[in-house]
Amino acid sequence: MNFPILSSLILLPSIGALFLFFTRSEKKNKITVKYVALFTSLVTFFLSIYLWILFDQSTSEFQFVEDRIWIKGLINYKVGIDGISVLFIILTAFITPLCIISVNNSIKNRLGEFLIAVLIMESFMIGVFCSLDLVVFYLFFEAGLIPMFLIIGIWGGSRRVYSAFKFFLFTLLGSVLMLVAIISIYWISGTTDVVQLYELGIDAKYQNLLWLAFFSSFAVKTPMWPVHTWLPDAHVEAPTAGSVLLAAILLKMAGYGFIRFSLGLFPLASEIFTPLIYTLSVIAIIFTSLIALMQEDMKKLIAYSSVAHMGFVTLGIFTIQQQGLEGSILQMISHGLVAAALFLCVGVVYDRMHSRLIDTYGGIVSIIPKYSVLFMLFTLAALGLPGTSGFVGEFLILMGAFKDNFLVAVTASLGVIIGAAYMLWLYKRVVFGKLINSDLKQMVDLNKSELFILSCLAIPILFFGFYPDPLINTIEVSISDLIKVYNLNVMNN
Amino acid sequence: MTNLELVFPEIFLSLSIMFLLILGVFKKDSSKLIQNISLIILLSTAVIAFNETLGVTETFLFNSSVIIDYLSSFMKIITLLAAFLVLVISSSYLKTLKIFKIEYPILILSSVLGMMIMISSNDLIVFYMGLELQSLALYVLATFNRDQLKSSEAGLKYFVLSALSSGLLLYGCSLIYGFTGTTNFNLIADKLNSGEYAITFGIVFILVGLAFKISAVPFHMWAPDVYEGSPTPVTLFFTMVPKIAALTVFIRFLYVPFLNLIDQWQMILIFLSIASMLFGAIAAIGQTNLKRLIAYSSISHIGYALAGLATGSNDGIQSSVIYITIYILMNLGLFSCLLMMKRNHKYFEDIGDLSGLSKNHPLISLSLLVILFSLAGIPPLAGFFAKFYIFKSVLEQSMYFLAIVGLLSTVVAAFYYLRIIKIMYFDKEKEKYDTDHSLWLKFSLTFSTLLILMYFIFPSQLIEVISRINII
Repeated sequence: MNFPILSSLILLPSIGALFLFFTRSEKKNKITVKYVALFTSLVTFFLSIYLWILFDQSTSEFQFVEDRIWIKGLINYKVGIDGISVLFIILTAFITPLCIISVNNSIKNRLGEFLIAVLIMESFMIGVFCSLDLVVFYLFFEAGLIPMFLIIGIWGGSRRVYSAFKFFLFTLLGSVLMLVAIISIYWISGTTDVVQLYELGIDAKYQNLLWLAFFSSFAVKTPMWPVHTWLPDAHVEAPTAGSVLLAAILLKMAGYGFIRFSLGLFPLASEIFTPLIYTLSVIAIIFTSLIALMQEDMKKLIAYSSVAHMGFVTLGIFTIQQQGLEGSILQMISHGLVAAALFLCVGVVYDRMHSRLIDTYGGIVSIIPKYSVLFMLFTLAALGLPGTSGFVGEFLILMGAFKDNFLVAVTASLGVIIGAAYMLWLYKRVVFGKLINSDLKQMVDLNKSELFILSCLAIPILFFGFYPDPLINTIEVSISDLIKVYNLNVMNN
Repeated sequence: MTNLELVFPEIFLSLSIMFLLILGVFKKDSSKLIQNISLIILLSTAVIAFNETLGVTETFLFNSSVIIDYLSSFMKIITLLAAFLVLVISSSYLKTLKIFKIEYPILILSSVLGMMIMISSNDLIVFYMGLELQSLALYVLATFNRDQLKSSEAGLKYFVLSALSSGLLLYGCSLIYGFTGTTNFNLIADKLNSGEYAITFGIVFILVGLAFKISAVPFHMWAPDVYEGSPTPVTLFFTMVPKIAALTVFIRFLYVPFLNLIDQWQMILIFLSIASMLFGAIAAIGQTNLKRLIAYSSISHIGYALAGLATGSNDGIQSSVIYITIYILMNLGLFSCLLMMKRNHKYFEDIGDLSGLSKNHPLISLSLLVILFSLAGIPPLAGFFAKFYIFKSVLEQSMYFLAIVGLLSTVVAAFYYLRIIKIMYFDKEKEKYDTDHSLWLKFSLTFSTLLILMYFIFPSQLIEVISRINII
């Protein structure tokens, strides 16, 4: 079958955006604009599901590969997926339609332009996950800055300018070093094709510096402690849909990059720098969890919890154990769903009360019961209760970590406890307690579209919590082969 | 035997200039006519250059003092097209300021002629002749709005400083002539005795003169003032066209006679490049006038083009040429936007005047957004590829320091481009601007924006054209 399914996935949202651009001028048909965007993203989603069905789980070879000459004699446009990337593509295609449905209340002006930005963002994000050439990857990776900068800057809260600038400049600063590394790889190995680079390997004497250059980019994007400070700002100021995209997908680019490039291309350097990652991850888990305890702003609290969860992810990746890596990917998928859901939950109460401060709320359980139930579910998923998808990931990561380093694993487990503390405390303060603020009585419970979005997120969270096999089966072979190659490389040197 | 048809573009252009001068004197109110004829002349010269010289293998004329090769033909065509676009979008500005006179197109044409001579020069004297011809025309162009103090100041400043740098350049030429006995580039290369320190001095003086013309740090002081004071279309001309010619001379001068002395000039070029990139990026942050800001940004961009030249490789030269081509495209779009900021017969050029542009003029601000992100070098826009090729050739020579400083200064530069975007998109809107722009202005904005936006689909084409440039 020669249908270029991956390129279609990348292009579809952009085509939708182009279509919106030309219909944009008619201000009356706000609903039409929304349905066009929704339709585009849904088609993309179904195409991605179709991709998952066609996907062959029994091999770690790259599938659906497209290889075209792009810059003659220099770079090929090469895309393809393996078990690791396919899940992220589906996650992206799943979250975007939910974002588009959720814009009803939060985006008051320039709806068409917002949807264009979201759709273009989707294109770039899918592109990141399926590119098999370093330059193509960098192109998509960096291009995502433009729509996100605009989403935060135009539709954000009161400190949006500061946050947008911080987001843009932090990530750009991290990424330029990666560009130096990518061009250096081109001159060292003569190609930027990832598949060829896997076969050729990269000379051991260059690996450390190259690894550090890639690390500088991924560490900012993950974000790892101590370069995480852009994330709380960006999350707090971005509109709900922007926060969802940021938390659910943008952060996963870096985790994916660690697996695909840091482990795959520089195994020797990864081996050397594992202690560094362990240290930073553990600090991130403990330190940002403690910070999260102190937050008074709900979005900020969830943002810090994201940093802590991503700490688990990086920890799991560098255990280089089957369980650890599988756990990391599951954790990323689960965090994508849970963080999206939590930000949407905050968005729901924010649209009604225009406050994100925890103090404003309290005792809303009897006023908006449906909301409280779903919020409860997501809170429990965030702290990793068995039966939710959050548990599977965290458990596997800790299992991998115990195999590799006992002390790190024990310290990281402490983070789980603090995580439970801040999430439950948040829930208690917002939902339970005495109803002090009388304005809260006017709150209405979830409307149909909100209920729909949150249920859409709740179903996979519960389903994969009880039955993670479909996910694990998809990634299993790719990961075990990756580890085999990795260990072979480390042994040989 | 001299193949005169190879210099036919220059001959045609100089004859046309004389004809236009006479026409202008004898026919009253002929500014519009002369403007239109000049446009036709520029285009037909470009066509002639394309037909007569583009496919020609390296040929020397007039006792080898003029060279026609692929580089010179390509640069001439780019110069002519850029001059055409400048001329075609400047008429509405000049009309608004009531300085729409016959001299304007004629001066542009004569400076273009000077540049074409520079581009083709293979001899110090020919090169200096071309340089002075273009400079003299440019001095007058800078003062073209002569009733305004700033414009006169700009012209005078440019004249005094430029004369100084021309003096230095000439001094360098005489040193080189004194120690090699010839002014011809190829003969210099043969007779070069690298033990002579005086030759190094000569190179340094000439480099200083050239660095002044392309406004590389530390010889950039004139640029912000002149750019701010000159009428906007002239500023556009300054930021684009003379840089093409000066860059060509840079390439020719460094790589033909003095390639063997690369150890001597490479350090100078690396310094010029790093200083320009960093200084241009940092100094632009505090600017409030858009034209001053563009001046600093152009200083920084020239730094990148010089980084390509500092490599001493053919790849480096090609990447510089690609860079300058894409840079010209971006500048064209940028200035088209600037020329659209008109309200009640008055042009606005402060950053604050862009406030909330996206609400009143969504299409203009969208184009400006694309252009600014491209100037900042964010993929997938054309500006990213320009930087990519530069750093590719820089890293080929393992010049890691230059590459890392260059990329870090893109981050600094991104800050002030973002600031403009912030003002356009995040701030409150002001009064609307006029929308009765000329068709050509709209065309040049759409044209440059679309090319910048779509460049990533067909990146090979430009490379293929430029990869035929072969100097070493």
